[in-house]
Amino acid sequence: MATRNMQFKIYRYDPDKDNAPYMQDISVEVDDATDRKLLDVLTKLKAKDDTLSYRRSCREGICGSDAMNINGKNGLACLTEIKDLKEPVVLRPLPGLPVIRDLIVDMTQFFKQYHSIKPYLINDTPPPERERLQSPEDREELNGLYECILCACCSTSCPSFWWNPDKFVGPAGLLNAYRFIADTRDQATNERLDNLEDPYRLFRCHTIMNCVDVCPKGLNPTRAIGKIKEMMVRRAV
Amino acid sequence: MVNRIVVGAHYGLKDWIIQRATAIIMALYTVLFLAVVGAVGPDTFEAWRGIFAGGFMKFMTFLFFISLFYHAWIGVRDIWMDYAKPDGLRLILMIATAAVLVGYAGWAVQILWRM
Repeated sequence: MATRNMQFKIYRYDPDKDNAPYMQDISVEVDDATDRKLLDVLTKLKAKDDTLSYRRSCREGICGSDAMNINGKNGLACLTEIKDLKEPVVLRPLPGLPVIRDLIVDMTQFFKQYHSIKPYLINDTPPPERERLQSPEDREELNGLYECILCACCSTSCPSFWWNPDKFVGPAGLLNAYRFIADTRDQATNERLDNLEDPYRLFRCHTIMNCVDVCPKGLNPTRAIGKIKEMMVRRAV
Repeated sequence: MVNRIVVGAHYGLKDWIIQRATAIIMALYTVLFLAVVGAVGPDTFEAWRGIFAGGFMKFMTFLFFISLFYHAWIGVRDIWMDYAKPDGLRLILMIATAAVLVGYAGWAVQILWRM
């Protein structure tokens, strides 16, 4: 089998030991037949240097744990093809969030924003005996929204989120906000729009579209944000 | 006073619409302006002055400047909101911006109706 040596430059920071973060040069033997994704190689790197820390879980782009900045662009290690990566592969933690250690960031701010949009169905009518049904057309509205895995690739690539992470909901939160606004079973549309109509919470989005560029699930937060604005306009005029 | 993060001012939609509307007005005026200047081909001060002497062109130019200043107000305010972190500093910068733009608007009126 063809093996080759692959060069990596990895952001390292252990607050217990290091005064400041540094970039570690490290190389690893990669087998093109078996090491398909970046996560496969990270596993090898971890075997070589077990102080390297990163989050991972499902290894198939569902859990959203292994989001990181790969050669300058946010993405999931488990979905990133090794053969597409330019060497040396530069790995950094997601930008804009506090680093806990190495490639692990503190996502508290991100989830705070997510929770602020009430990411659950609000419907005060008595629930039917079985589930609340939707027509196929109404269900279609949720496609491109419900797939979000909250990996934070989009929000941490958004300059507006970098500048105001405490006030701007961010692309992930807004995409999920629209997921519930678009849900015909949800009755809190007005409250949801009221909650977002704010110069910081929604209107910090300047349509930069980094979110669309990086989303590993191919979703389009900018379009969802546009739809929220469109509903606000329809409500106001 | 507790230093708590406060959001929820419940405005922004109107400014967002106005920013888009003023952009369209400025784009249309640019086309009109180029067409008029192309047609007249002014080469003297009097010819330039003649372009803005008519009521229609005065109205359109005034509309353009008002659109420009409102558009600039929203855009510059957004920059302060993005980058100026201390609330007091942001307020001062916003007031200064508004003052300058209102002054410019008055100045634009004075120049237009002097012609």
